Amino acid sequence: MEFLAQIINGLSLGSIYALIALGYTMVYGICKMLNFAHGDIIMVGAYTLSVAMSTLHFPPFLSILTSMVVCAMLGVIIERVAYKPLRNASPLAVLITAIGVSYFLESSALLIFGSTQRNVQSAISFPSVQLGELNISGNAIMTLIVTIILMIGLNWFINNTMTGKAMLAVSEDKGAAQLMGVNVNFTIAITFLIGSALAAVAGVLFISSYHFVGPYTGAMPGIKAFVAAVLGGIGSVPGAMLGGILLGLIESLAKAYISTQLADAIVFGVLIVVLLVKPTGLLGKKITEKV
Amino acid sequence: MKKLLTKKNLAALLLIIAIYALLFACDHLGVFNRQSKALLVPIGINIMLAVSLSLLVGFLGELSLGHAGFMSVGAYAGCMFTIHMDLPMAVELPLAMLLGGVVAAVFGFLIGIPALRLKGDYLAIVTLAFGEIIRSVLNNLGLVGGSGGLNGIPKYSNYTIVYVMMVITIIVIANLVHSRHGRAICSIRDNVIASEAMGIPVVYYKLMAFVAAAFFAGIAGVLYGHNLGILKPSTFDFNKSIEILVMVVMGGMGSLPGAVIAAIIITVLPEALRGLSDYRMLIYAVVLIAMMLLNNNARFNSFKQRLFSKRAARQGAQLTKEGE
Repeated sequence: MEFLAQIINGLSLGSIYALIALGYTMVYGICKMLNFAHGDIIMVGAYTLSVAMSTLHFPPFLSILTSMVVCAMLGVIIERVAYKPLRNASPLAVLITAIGVSYFLESSALLIFGSTQRNVQSAISFPSVQLGELNISGNAIMTLIVTIILMIGLNWFINNTMTGKAMLAVSEDKGAAQLMGVNVNFTIAITFLIGSALAAVAGVLFISSYHFVGPYTGAMPGIKAFVAAVLGGIGSVPGAMLGGILLGLIESLAKAYISTQLADAIVFGVLIVVLLVKPTGLLGKKITEKV
Repeated sequence: MKKLLTKKNLAALLLIIAIYALLFACDHLGVFNRQSKALLVPIGINIMLAVSLSLLVGFLGELSLGHAGFMSVGAYAGCMFTIHMDLPMAVELPLAMLLGGVVAAVFGFLIGIPALRLKGDYLAIVTLAFGEIIRSVLNNLGLVGGSGGLNGIPKYSNYTIVYVMMVITIIVIANLVHSRHGRAICSIRDNVIASEAMGIPVVYYKLMAFVAAAFFAGIAGVLYGHNLGILKPSTFDFNKSIEILVMVVMGGMGSLPGAVIAAIIITVLPEALRGLSDYRMLIYAVVLIAMMLLNNNARFNSFKQRLFSKRAARQGAQLTKEGE
């Protein structure tokens, strides 16, 4: 029973990672850049939610919507201002810029909200469910359901709509897609929009389980989600989902059965081992080198 | 054998001595206040870190996000040594630095092995993972004080020692880079397949770069520990690695003088902005983004080129005049 409870914990934690990892992997697939600021979008989403709920007294659903819209806009603005001028620059220049954006978001939050963590009541609370001896928290169920719905929706969007297909085309070959009449700038903006909105949802789910938000809340989940994206094979959408869930499972099982403090080390250790055996991640495509 | 006492080497030696004399004079004439004097050691340490990382990122072309990990391993090894050995400082500190460097180099070798199979972003994430593993293991190792930190390290570092080590680091890495080995390392960065086809042992050189970079990062870590007197695992986090990387990138990839200058700027800038302490990080972030955007702006680049080409043209004119 204890084991089952840990599995469910891991699934719910993993689905939060997966939601964040989706943003990383989509942006990587299309722009070939690591968007380090993505983790901090979670933090912005969480702060927006807390302001909307406790200061502006919005109803929960509207607060979540506000948080998603704010994050989506922020993602698009960041892309416009910081990343677009660097589209043909070296990957390292883009990486440093992304780190700069990440510092910028963190220090802005620090200036606006101060360094003390803010207590946030959860936007939606579900009663916990009793299954025999097993007690499943409402949050875990909600997280799982929301994530599953979003992932199915995203998969449908990418494979069945024109914009989604444009995204696939741009990630395959930017130049060729442009020749076929795909609006590359618009497609990239949409990618950032979707990724950031998903990060906002992840932020909402994250604080409904942890109830606190500070300027650096997004940093660690951001790094873990990044690891999840690489574990699944960066650039692959199903890979990010798989990687996120696996990472969550490993983390919560390691916390329960091996050591709470060493859980992070174990998570990163698994990553190194997986990459050594399969250098492109679990579902990553192998790129053959041409001379 | 090549002559050691060339004009260029002599000039470099004179410059090294002159800078030290300047530091010494400033110190004794009381030009530095306590704050700026306290900055000298961190500047030297950061230069060592930036120059050693530059070997990996700028010359080998592999992104490493775990340099703080090498630094922390070296720092803990060296500081444990000085704490538990009761030798005079003149014996203890060099031995500690050697030990710290060697232990870090061993880890550099271990991290270099995956680097043979992985590249680009995947390698970057492995180095990041390595840094985080080191940090969380140190956090839980009672032997080295855990998250409370390692206390009671004798404060041996002063600017003379750091300056000497910094100069050694720069000389060794500059010579490595400009040697046959360095050219091999650069060729791996430019095109792995071509350099392999030319018969360059890629495996050997990749490992060599990792080991050398880790070695000097380890020594920098030992000096860091002996400067503060306390080591905390939380100082060696992801942000520290990023800070070192920023120095290398800001100075210009593959440029050692650039790395040195950027290391000085990045160490001094937060202190100089202390008056605006609340806005410090914000300004830092904006400077970072603005520099990257400007550096990749075609108009700014052509302006820069015109500026420099004018100067070069003037110098050329002067030279021809002197020649007449």
